[in-house]
Amino acid sequence: MLVSYDWISEYVDLTGITPEMIADELNRTGIEVEVIYTRDNGVSHVVVGHVLSVEKHPEADKLNITQVDVGSSEPLQIVCGAANVAAGQLVPVAIKGANLPGGIKIKDTKLRGVASRGMICSAKELGIPDKFLTEHQKQGILVLGRDAVIGQDIKEHLGMNDQVVELELTPNRSDCLSMMGVAYELSAIFNRELRLPERTEAISSTEKTRVEITTDLEEDCPFYAVQVVKGIQVGPSPQWLQNRLISAGIRPINNVVDVTNYVMIETGQPLHAFDLQTIPTGEIVVRRSRAGETVVTLDGVTRALDDETLLITDGEQILGLAGVMGGESSEVRSHTTTVLLESAYFDPTLICRASRKLGLRSEASNRFEKGIDPERILPALSGAVQLLQEVAGAQIGSDVIVERSGEIEEVTVSLRHDRLMKVLGTSISEEQVGDIFRRLNFSAHFDAEKKVYHVQVPTRRPDIQLEVDLIEEVARIYGYDRIPTTLPWGQQQPGRLTDSQRLRRKLRHLLIDLGLSEVLTYSLTSSKRGKEVGSLTPSTGLVRLAMPMSSEHAVLRTTLLPELIQTAVYNVKHGNEDLAIFEMSKVYVTQEKKLTELPEERLELAFLLTGDLRSARWNRQALPGGDFYVAKGIVQAIFERIGVANVEIQAASHHEGFHPGRTAELIYNGEVLGVLGQMHPQLAKQQDLKDTVVVQLDLERLQQAIQADVRYQAIPRFPAVTRDLALVVDKNVEAGVLEAGIHEVAGELLESVRLFDVFIGSQVGEGKMSIAYSLVYRAADRTLTDAEVTATHSKVVEHLQTTLGAVLRS
Amino acid sequence: MRERLESLRTEALQEIQSATEMELIKELKVKYLGKKGELTAVLRGMGSLSAEERPVIGGLANEVRAALETAFAQKSESLETEELEAKLQSETIDVTLPGASLEPGSIHPLHSVIEQIEDIFIGMGFEIAEGPEVELDHYNFEMLNLPKDHPARDMQDSFYITPEILLRTHTSSVQGRTLLAKEGEVPVRIIMPGKVYRRDDDDATHSHQFTQIEGLVVDRGVSMGELKGVLLQLIQKMFGPDTEVRLRPSYFPFTEPSVEVDIYHPEKGWLEILGAGMVHPRVLEKAGYDSERYTGFAFGLGVERVAMLKYDIDDIRHLYNNDLRFLRQFKSV
Repeated sequence: MLVSYDWISEYVDLTGITPEMIADELNRTGIEVEVIYTRDNGVSHVVVGHVLSVEKHPEADKLNITQVDVGSSEPLQIVCGAANVAAGQLVPVAIKGANLPGGIKIKDTKLRGVASRGMICSAKELGIPDKFLTEHQKQGILVLGRDAVIGQDIKEHLGMNDQVVELELTPNRSDCLSMMGVAYELSAIFNRELRLPERTEAISSTEKTRVEITTDLEEDCPFYAVQVVKGIQVGPSPQWLQNRLISAGIRPINNVVDVTNYVMIETGQPLHAFDLQTIPTGEIVVRRSRAGETVVTLDGVTRALDDETLLITDGEQILGLAGVMGGESSEVRSHTTTVLLESAYFDPTLICRASRKLGLRSEASNRFEKGIDPERILPALSGAVQLLQEVAGAQIGSDVIVERSGEIEEVTVSLRHDRLMKVLGTSISEEQVGDIFRRLNFSAHFDAEKKVYHVQVPTRRPDIQLEVDLIEEVARIYGYDRIPTTLPWGQQQPGRLTDSQRLRRKLRHLLIDLGLSEVLTYSLTSSKRGKEVGSLTPSTGLVRLAMPMSSEHAVLRTTLLPELIQTAVYNVKHGNEDLAIFEMSKVYVTQEKKLTELPEERLELAFLLTGDLRSARWNRQALPGGDFYVAKGIVQAIFERIGVANVEIQAASHHEGFHPGRTAELIYNGEVLGVLGQMHPQLAKQQDLKDTVVVQLDLERLQQAIQADVRYQAIPRFPAVTRDLALVVDKNVEAGVLEAGIHEVAGELLESVRLFDVFIGSQVGEGKMSIAYSLVYRAADRTLTDAEVTATHSKVVEHLQTTLGAVLRS
Repeated sequence: MRERLESLRTEALQEIQSATEMELIKELKVKYLGKKGELTAVLRGMGSLSAEERPVIGGLANEVRAALETAFAQKSESLETEELEAKLQSETIDVTLPGASLEPGSIHPLHSVIEQIEDIFIGMGFEIAEGPEVELDHYNFEMLNLPKDHPARDMQDSFYITPEILLRTHTSSVQGRTLLAKEGEVPVRIIMPGKVYRRDDDDATHSHQFTQIEGLVVDRGVSMGELKGVLLQLIQKMFGPDTEVRLRPSYFPFTEPSVEVDIYHPEKGWLEILGAGMVHPRVLEKAGYDSERYTGFAFGLGVERVAMLKYDIDDIRHLYNNDLRFLRQFKSV
């Protein structure tokens, strides 16, 4: 809502109160002020001039030499290039010393040898935005109306000295969508006198033009009023009216439309004018649309309707969309002489739905959908009739014709004084509360015995329905800053994180300490990316938005990896080639084709390594990020840090997006906790990534695998014996199988097995691998003898030789 | 004999003195004091001496041995010291070369802010609750006093999946779920961090996905004074004890009275930091709490906004681009 300071000053006494003060106080009491601006655009020394004569410039075809009276003793000779300049016009003239928008300064000059003492300005040169101009006014110089006074400062004539306060209104404060409403508000917060314009309820007439009104459903349109106005001369509105509309952000069109807009801004009641000649039936029928009907609205757009759009019709033709926009066929045109003025109340929900469905927002729909003040329906109508008489030479063509159901309900809300103090947490006197209601112009009766205020809520404030709404009214006028600050409170309880939250924190900080950086990517991805990598929990489909804003963000992801890969791609492109990144976020899986219930949201941890993890180290080897075993080491660190043991790591060749020969499943108790592997080389190549390993872990399953019970084990008292074991085996023998074999045979005496060398090369033979372990033997209750160890160790060797064809390396 | 001993002493001491390496010292030790050494040889000749001479020469020989041993010890020590010094000298390294420590990763600034705020509230006895991001219209709107066709639904255009299921537009959706789960129990003191989604084009100040922390307190006698107190704690802990705070009346369908909270930024002026208010009685009633007996307050804070203010980040998109040159700046937070 744009509030003209000039205009509002007429309705409330603002002596000594600047627009800045208004902004501060509105902000303090609950209406946000976006900005305050002056409409002058930096213009100075531009005055109204009267073009006395126009002659062709002798040296230039397109230039004219004009004599312009600007109210000084001598007319000014001004060379003007505009095609539309003509003698007799009133025009804006920038005289010597004038400033125009864009830092332009005007001085006396010569144009093609002819002296020119100023400039006749176009609307654009005065900085008037195009949206306020007619097509006509966008061309050539600005021709002023006859109400301009020669010599007058143009800013005064065009209302450019006015200041505009822009309000950002919350949906509950629709009462401030009118100058009257803002006046009530300012009167309350500044405790100043209201001076609202007097409007009669109805102006009666001896003319008996009949208009039959029918409303199909009472609740759709409980109040519909019209009055016929005739003898209209459609033309431009007087400048003062245009100025106020421009301050309110509305383009002046013609006096009839301008008057309806003016009264709407004044009262908050949208009005519509139909050309009565286009309604041959002389009848108004308000009904809902039927599916398949169409209408051409004022903006020239043909609109297809559903079966619940409220329409104004004449019983046959559609005249307009009720409360949203008029129809083109019944539009007021230059030759219109008689109009039917409409002032009504439409069901807010219907209007809201229609305007959303049609994607059509108008000043009218914005007000109707929030609920207008029924008390202003008739005064607004009579106000518009009066104004049309003033500015369009109109005469009254009928009585006010009203079709209404029921009476306007009076709403009384009670406020208990002690409840007020309890909710606010402060003490406030009964007098103070009474005074706040007086300032708000609410009529309140205080029951001193029960200490209850019975407040009759004005119809302009439909937002006030409950006691708590009155509490807010009192609080905001009283001032939130005056409410004392206290700390709670009642029964105390310890605060804490849940187990899942603690796990996530632990993992986050572990990974950070291991050198990985945390990233946060979007949950919405594209259908294509959504299928790039397989998900840990199968999902029959992707959860799709009904109306995505772009195909890039159209479905919910079922795995974190595609976005993590995109993050890597972005970084590599921007020169960050060595990456270790992770994310913990939700993925969304469903077993339904079309959602009827919420999808399952599963927390996932994913990480990605590519490039060199410790690159550019001057004294050590780089650690390859694309290395499976580096990633596996991180996974094992995770397991150790959170207390997950006995996870089997099994080769898996069937995971979408993963290298079939370099991927493993992490299995605990028969359930897949996660997948670890190299990104499929084709996918990596498509994305211009070097070797990249990725890991995804299901956090819920991981959490369930935690063995929380930590108990101290006695530190061994007896010495250990270490024996190395170097074997040559077939290349495809898995280390895991070897280790399992060693454990199986060595039994309890074996404390640990550590792999310390793997070698594949011609020296060990084609298809063979040399593999070396260090075995530590120890008994808890004695020092092992050499013979004992040798016996066990030999059994191990023998077992590996017979079962896996291992050969002991000399 | 005496002369031989004397000259042996002189000669040996000279040689010891002039030795420059440990190896030589060892050789000299063998040469003079070893089993086949010179002193032993001299002593071996003692048998030919008279009974009077024997103790005298014996004494002298011991004296010489002692002198040589002392000399050897002293010389060894000084040579060892020299050698150690030389070794240390040769081992000197350039301490200004870069360290070889592991490079730590960095926390995402939004999670850093969330963790900090969680800790502040845990300290005040709050629990951390979570709820689904894909939510029923019922919890996202209806339970919060936002029936269908409510004009305030406009304030947050939403991503719908079906007419009844959408991506939550605020973490306030967790309010109804938590209250229902508590089944009328008090006190309720929870915060609810999480992702939310709105139909906004991504630009410097908007993101279709962002993060909020919702707070909710329900108990007997909860007042606006306490709301102010808790929010003041939060703001002062996040932005410093001297941060100026301003409360403005505002509107949210699920709180009444409603508050918008601004903090004062020395360069940017007053900045909106969060929205709050007293829980609307209808919200309490819908969740099975008697609004006459219980009151409560709720607040919702934009984590991006806090992070951007706290770390002076000028564009919200940085938080989702995940450029490592950006993220690595938060190693120490």
